[in-house]
Amino acid sequence: MPRLIEYRDAIKEALDEELARDPMVVVMGEEVARYNGAYKVTKGLWEKWGDKRVVDTPISEAGFIGMGVGASMLGVRPVMELMFWSFYTVAWDQIVNNAAMVRYMSGGKINCPIVIRGPANGGTNVGATHSHTPENIMASFPGMKCVCPATAYDVKGLLKASIRDNDPVMFMESTMLYGIKGEVPDNSELPEGELVIPLGVADVKRQGTDISLICHGRAVLTCLEAARILEEDHGIQAEVVDLRSIRPLDEDAIMDSVRKTHRAIYVEEGKPFCGVGAQVSSMIMQQCFDDLDAPVLRVNSLDAPAIYSPPLEKLQLPTADLVVDKALSIC
Amino acid sequence: MAKKTSSSPQSHRDDPVNSSLSAQDKIELFRKMVRIRRFEQASLTKYQGGKMGGFLHLYIGQEAVAVGTMSLLGENDHVITAYRDHGHALAAGMTMDECMAELYGKATGCSSGKGGSMHYFAPDKRYWGGHGIVAGQTPLGLGLAYALKYRGQKGAALCYLGDGAVNQGAFHESLNLAGLWDLPVIYVIENNGYSMGTSQQRSSAYSGCLAQRAEAYGIDWDHFNGSDLYEVRAHTAKALKRAHEESRPSIIEIATYRYEGHSVADAMKTVYRTKEEIERYQREHDPVNVWRQHLITENVLSETDAKAIEKAAQQEAESAAVFADNSPYPEPSTIFDHVYWEVDNQTTAGQTGRHFFND
Repeated sequence: MPRLIEYRDAIKEALDEELARDPMVVVMGEEVARYNGAYKVTKGLWEKWGDKRVVDTPISEAGFIGMGVGASMLGVRPVMELMFWSFYTVAWDQIVNNAAMVRYMSGGKINCPIVIRGPANGGTNVGATHSHTPENIMASFPGMKCVCPATAYDVKGLLKASIRDNDPVMFMESTMLYGIKGEVPDNSELPEGELVIPLGVADVKRQGTDISLICHGRAVLTCLEAARILEEDHGIQAEVVDLRSIRPLDEDAIMDSVRKTHRAIYVEEGKPFCGVGAQVSSMIMQQCFDDLDAPVLRVNSLDAPAIYSPPLEKLQLPTADLVVDKALSIC
Repeated sequence: MAKKTSSSPQSHRDDPVNSSLSAQDKIELFRKMVRIRRFEQASLTKYQGGKMGGFLHLYIGQEAVAVGTMSLLGENDHVITAYRDHGHALAAGMTMDECMAELYGKATGCSSGKGGSMHYFAPDKRYWGGHGIVAGQTPLGLGLAYALKYRGQKGAALCYLGDGAVNQGAFHESLNLAGLWDLPVIYVIENNGYSMGTSQQRSSAYSGCLAQRAEAYGIDWDHFNGSDLYEVRAHTAKALKRAHEESRPSIIEIATYRYEGHSVADAMKTVYRTKEEIERYQREHDPVNVWRQHLITENVLSETDAKAIEKAAQQEAESAAVFADNSPYPEPSTIFDHVYWEVDNQTTAGQTGRHFFND
């Protein structure tokens, strides 16, 4: 029997295992300890690991994120939770100017092994301030890494790798994924005894020959649904390439798929302007120009701040139907 | 109950941290201040000679703050400051050569030419920069203190900031966390009276002094004059003891003065303050002269010795400028070094996936 666990519990397992592995790992954030996490991601960790390893912070992102960056310079490995990634805006200077730049400006004398994690998604009717998807922004700063896992399996393995990474990693989850179960083997079933997935390695979630749906985060699920419809209703075999990490980026996986299918759509929850898809489609154009049978298309959230009204927000986010329509327009 | 540290102004010289100083110790403190002054003067000349780009924020007039506070630090005490960082760097033991070469943008600079004047670093000397954004370093200083406490080390993080930094949110968030979690951080407000061209009276709302804001966070504080090393050391020692013995934070506000503008590019330096004001400080409060007079009065130092130390410092600064001049610029290929630790160290992680997006 495959072991099925929720995405949130996969994160918790990763945190628990890394707390056990390395005494310098500290889990920190608003409500992560006694409250068991605003989304119950850290449930039980405080009870198990105590005040020193699992720390409740005040609502003070610039202060505690900056503190984590400073502590990481001196060897602590903080895993900081932003209750919503949307709150990066109030810690912006600490993330960008300190976590991302201090290694460079010091000529390599310092490094910041810090993970900043939390949900970055729309679709929960919480309005524009709480629905940001800043992976394109974070990935645009050399010095930072950015990871957006879509499944329970990926989130566990990638979080463990991110905590072990010696550079700052911006780790973006989704509240819409927290309750979704996926297969995650027990460590006893794994040859290495644990699940660690390197950053910068994409995963082909579905093989196909006719079009590449390239995506990250929750859009992976949208693409898998679109691929099912394309096959069942239109006989089109779509390949779904989940980047998993935005920076570092698995360029080879993208180009290999496009060279096979000759058509590509980038699907993401972020907005179109300077989105991840804008970068990736530019790279495809440059490297696979002669392989393409159609222009590279993109599907993003509609280009307005996240709307509150529940039925309209559904329409604002990328839908499988929209991906199908776009695919049909070039297949 | 947060309180102001009590002290009797007459007793600074007799304070145990000062009465224990040997004649040689006192001369070394003089040498350190003089070296900072001469380095800064040489930097200014070379800047005006077109040898460097960007900003240059000089520490002249404030030397007793960095030298006095840092002279008390032990092996688990750490330092972090803002962009007026040359004085702290030299006080931490960094060489004039590496500091000057950094100003020149050379590969031999302390930050390999990647940081410039505002971004000196020497973690091996527990000196963590050199930070350009006003008050941006204040949460980092807190983090150093957090790490010390987490690791069970009896130490302190001295985090310097200017009087213009006290109104930034990051500083207040840091104070709350420091007070809440008993972190051994000492915020040293180097109050030179002006946040760039705006005086303290025109930029801050306060009662008493800026450090008194500590009371709102239950943090002990102190406010004293920064022109006399004895005074700086006597007061700072109390905050250090509080950090070491009680793991409690402090804010200490040190009144000081900068002779030059906010930066070399500050053309208004004699407009927002009077020439008389600057001259009065130079005459009555100059930290190097005050210390010099102490040592001569105490028969620790002769005029001749003092002049020899000044001359040697000047020569050292000039020699650093020659070193910087003769050093190579960084190779263009090094632009991509020091971005990612994993890439620099050619680990598996550093070689997996694309990290840079040129072309």
